[in-house]
Amino acid sequence: MSRKVIGGPTGTGRDPNAKLLRVVDIKTHFRTEKGTVRAVDGVSFTLDRGRTLGVVGESGSGKTILSRSIMGLLPKRNVVRQGHVYYEGTDIIGLPDEEMRHVWGSEMAMVFQDPMTSLNPVKKIGKQITESLFLHLHMDKQDAHDTALALLSSVGIPEPEQRLNEYPHQLSGGMRQRVVIAIALACGPKLLFADEPTTALDVTVQAQILNLLQQLQRERHMAMILVTHDLGVVAGRTDEIAVMYAGKVVEHAPTPVLFSNMKMPYTEALLSSIPKLDYPSHTRLEVIPGRPPDLINPPRGCRFAPRCKYAQERCLNEEPPLIAAETPGHMFRCWFPVGSPEGEEALSRNLAAGASASGVPVTDVPMPASLAGRS
Amino acid sequence: MPEPSHRGAPVDAPGISSRPEIDAPAGGAREMLELTQLADREVEELQALHTLDPDQVPADAVKKRLGPLFWFAAGWFLLIVVLALAAPLMERAGFLPDPTKAVKCANPPCSKLGILKQGYLLGTDNLSRDIFSRIVWGARVSLLVGFSSIFFGLVLGGAIGVIAGFFKGKLETVLMALTDMFLAFPAILLALAIITFASTSNPGEEPRLSRQVAVILALTIVSVPPIARLVRASTLVFAQREFVLAARTLGASNLRIMVKEIVPNVLPPIFAFGIIGVAIAITAEGALAFLGLSLQPPNPTWGGMINDGQKFYLDAPHMVLVPCAVLFLTVLSLNLAGDRLREYFDIKESVL
Repeated sequence: MSRKVIGGPTGTGRDPNAKLLRVVDIKTHFRTEKGTVRAVDGVSFTLDRGRTLGVVGESGSGKTILSRSIMGLLPKRNVVRQGHVYYEGTDIIGLPDEEMRHVWGSEMAMVFQDPMTSLNPVKKIGKQITESLFLHLHMDKQDAHDTALALLSSVGIPEPEQRLNEYPHQLSGGMRQRVVIAIALACGPKLLFADEPTTALDVTVQAQILNLLQQLQRERHMAMILVTHDLGVVAGRTDEIAVMYAGKVVEHAPTPVLFSNMKMPYTEALLSSIPKLDYPSHTRLEVIPGRPPDLINPPRGCRFAPRCKYAQERCLNEEPPLIAAETPGHMFRCWFPVGSPEGEEALSRNLAAGASASGVPVTDVPMPASLAGRS
Repeated sequence: MPEPSHRGAPVDAPGISSRPEIDAPAGGAREMLELTQLADREVEELQALHTLDPDQVPADAVKKRLGPLFWFAAGWFLLIVVLALAAPLMERAGFLPDPTKAVKCANPPCSKLGILKQGYLLGTDNLSRDIFSRIVWGARVSLLVGFSSIFFGLVLGGAIGVIAGFFKGKLETVLMALTDMFLAFPAILLALAIITFASTSNPGEEPRLSRQVAVILALTIVSVPPIARLVRASTLVFAQREFVLAARTLGASNLRIMVKEIVPNVLPPIFAFGIIGVAIAITAEGALAFLGLSLQPPNPTWGGMINDGQKFYLDAPHMVLVPCAVLFLTVLSLNLAGDRLREYFDIKESVL
């Protein structure tokens, strides 16, 4: 394996004035025995330095694949990857691994979901942190040691000196995730992907880790893409939110706008499914009926139509494009947006009919009396 | 069963209640704030509990032990190793007679009953050679062959296994097909063929390889396929772990990932298997020596001694029993120690 720099990211073609990340119509399809799975199907967005984008969606909506596609981490075999990913103005989509290696770690890094499996169980913490320091920054042993200490303290690990000589299994889950974050930040990336960074952690630790990520991101003026299935996680911690459904972005808006003025019925349904503190006990949780669509044969029209209470005949046949809303930077994919006259009309029509055009029951009273008391 | 008085409650679900507030972003901000506060409040309450350090190992935790059987096995094996290493020194100091030459013995094979009577620890054989000395020198052959063949087997088989398990695809298919072909051969026949090919020669010509080297080569080749399969299986498991992907996101090359991430994980179980492998290789060397294919007489090998002794087993049973017992105990001790170490080092699944 050669170690020489082949026009690395610090080389030609990089424009520090360009947007940090510009993703243009990226598509990731997996060829399987059953057919082509369109895991990511035409996603575009831009992200500036120091900004945070939240990517929200159910399991299987393609959010993890999206972040891995942008980083170029997917296997090459049987994967079709199209579109453009401009990192500081340079398209990095087709770059061979040898060149991506200079981008990975030093320019963009990733924090994974499960700190139990994303740390090597047989290597000491110190070694795992310092490895990329040697690799990218060519530090000597003493410098690397000092940097690792500073990193561990910055992610809030007590007694960092002692931790350097410990194995991952000697730490608790939250501590491990802090170590994972320290490793990801070791070489000072400008872009951090956090792929459900708190899903595997205790609720008590989740907010700590999220606050830590937010704090580090501000300190380092780093851009962050926070991938999660939990709207609560991204609510106070992101500048923009992209809601994904079946491989497409269905609504993209600045965070306050998304929460106050959502247009997409799917976003509304996601938000309704979060229980609120002032609910009486035994309140039934609102659920989204049905399951995410089959990505091999997605529905013909709007992909959310089979589960949507606003769905009309048009939704089943015509796929809505991304439509710009009145607020700048707000886009959505819906023929009958929430809160618009058309949407109200569609909902009342479905209420009157008792079902949406795709056959989802739509009622004003959400459940029969006999079920209301059950939990 | 609570009263169905909350029946209508879900109508006030947040999405629906805040739906029409198009020109009131404050509603959304409040929602956001609530969601964040919800999590934060829980944290503050529970943080107090976390002042207890959850990472500390309790003082009364039971320490892992290897057990007395392991130490017996290790003790015996160590004895054999020390004797084998010290053989030339002992000979120079006069404790050990030349294993290939006859010692003074009135009526070979000496010691039918009283082993220690003649002054030779384990008696002599039919040619009046000191059996203890032959055992010690034979141990050198057995250990050398056992360890070096498994060492080379681990290096070669390990490399094949890690590469096949890491890259998968066509490369894996080809490599595994090759190892399967070797596995389909009876191992001892394969070893026989290799030794015969490598170390016999036409009259007047030098053999290609010395017997010793030929035996090591044969056993290395025989040991590569099972080791490669084992390492591949282990690699497949670790290659899918997220830490491998994490290493890639930090810019590590394939070679680096294999050497620095996968090998350290694969090594402990393979090391334990290697010890058992050495036992198998020593047995195999014994079998080859028994067939007269290892080091040639008059040089002592354990298998050769068993072969010599079997002709006299009625008159001088010690001639066959002593090397048999030594071989048996050595192989048994390696198996026991290897097994115990495998359990002892099986850290990952139990802790993580």
